[in-house]
Amino acid sequence: MSFLQGYGFVGLLMLVALALAALFILLPCLLTRLRVIPRKPSPIKTDIYECGLETQGKTWVQFNFRYYFYALVFVVFDVETIFLYPWAVAFNKLGLFALIEMLIFIAILVVGFVYAWRKRVLEWK
Amino acid sequence: MILKRLLDWLAGYWPEWAAYVVVGLVGIMVLIAFFLTMIMVVIWLERKLIGRFQVRWGPNRAGPWGILQPIADAIKVLTKEDIVPDRADKWVHLLAPVVAFVPPLLIFAVIPFQPDAILADLNIGILYVVAVGSIAVVGAFMAGWGSSNKYSLISAMRVAAQMVSYEVPLVLSIIGVILVVGSLSMMDIVNRQSLPFFLMQPLGFLVFFLAAAAEVNRSPFDLLEAESEIIAGYHVEYSGMKFALFYLGEYGHALAASALVTALFLGGGKFPWGALPPSFIWFLAKMVLVFCVLFWIRSTLPRLRVDQFTGFAWKFLFPMSLINIFLVGTELWWAKEMGWSLFPWPFLFLNWAIAGMLVLVWPKLFQLGVGRVEV
Repeated sequence: MSFLQGYGFVGLLMLVALALAALFILLPCLLTRLRVIPRKPSPIKTDIYECGLETQGKTWVQFNFRYYFYALVFVVFDVETIFLYPWAVAFNKLGLFALIEMLIFIAILVVGFVYAWRKRVLEWK
Repeated sequence: MILKRLLDWLAGYWPEWAAYVVVGLVGIMVLIAFFLTMIMVVIWLERKLIGRFQVRWGPNRAGPWGILQPIADAIKVLTKEDIVPDRADKWVHLLAPVVAFVPPLLIFAVIPFQPDAILADLNIGILYVVAVGSIAVVGAFMAGWGSSNKYSLISAMRVAAQMVSYEVPLVLSIIGVILVVGSLSMMDIVNRQSLPFFLMQPLGFLVFFLAAAAEVNRSPFDLLEAESEIIAGYHVEYSGMKFALFYLGEYGHALAASALVTALFLGGGKFPWGALPPSFIWFLAKMVLVFCVLFWIRSTLPRLRVDQFTGFAWKFLFPMSLINIFLVGTELWWAKEMGWSLFPWPFLFLNWAIAGMLVLVWPKLFQLGVGRVEV
């Protein structure tokens, strides 16, 4: 199996998977036309379900999500993993130099992580 | 490879692109049939086992031992009225189940069931899995945001928090494996495991397993659909086949995670004493075993609180995964210097000792969520 053929199969699988999902969504539409599936909408049924209480105001309001700092730390370390993958693949050829190099790189990032931890950023507050 | 032989045979009669597409479709049909059947089996197994864990019978009406229960469920769900809330963002609401369903299926393209039973042995296999696997989260987020329900929105925010926290340890724990193998291809990873990697890297295995359990929203990490707090989370406003797509996607993702644990750490289709049955049977057996452990954990542990949930990832799993990388790296370098003479047994015991010590000592360094928290 050549290099690109595998990717072609993955692309084909994605198309088929999308078609399957579309089928799963369109089939009930067809069955509704055939009156197999009931369709009796009412204002109460198509309202938002919040445990039986009427929903108050809009949902899409600004609110304080409390993991903003997690997201910042996440961005740093997720970018770091991009560097770690090629390093890991080539590690056997690179030897000690690469190991120490990466140790320094991670240590710099870990300083930031420790700082965030000490600052109590990792608490959900 | 079976597919390659079929391709060569067909290419003798048809133009090459037609043969290629037909062969691809054949492989894909087998894969999808396998995927859906496995999900049905696993749903039945889970309901039955959870029933036993909770000292009740579980499904036992449809067919012998309730075997036909998933099919009955499928028929029921297919004939349910499709309700879209008036206030929902109709397009996001419609597309969310598709986005949640497709990625788990895509992961299965590179799962190495057997040397000749893998749809595409990509040279970046595991990187592809990581990339595709995190897309499913977007589907859950779209559902939570698009249904315009406040509980769903909270759930969507929790989905994002979970992704942000658990993606990093998940991805970092794989690096220990790649260090040893020196390749990203799933087939190479399985072939290198004459000794399964969970023996060599217990720490990496622990981190990967827990992070994967969190990524697929299994209890005790299922607080994005915590029924007792936020109804059912992001899929409250879904019914009928759209709900079924979420359900399939969730189980598909859990299956993909257990397949990954099998391929990365349990030696894939390899078996220590020869290979009497074909190796994909061993692969499936190990995969179902991992899945059973997942719902064993689910039925044993209570749900975490949201601050404990994120804190666990950052304060425990993340440092552990970094330590694992450098432990494995140093050992590899040292073993190479020594000419691989001592490899692997002393390192194996050393790794287990270090892992055991860290697991016992590290949690003493911090506390997870003390007292009341306003969520």
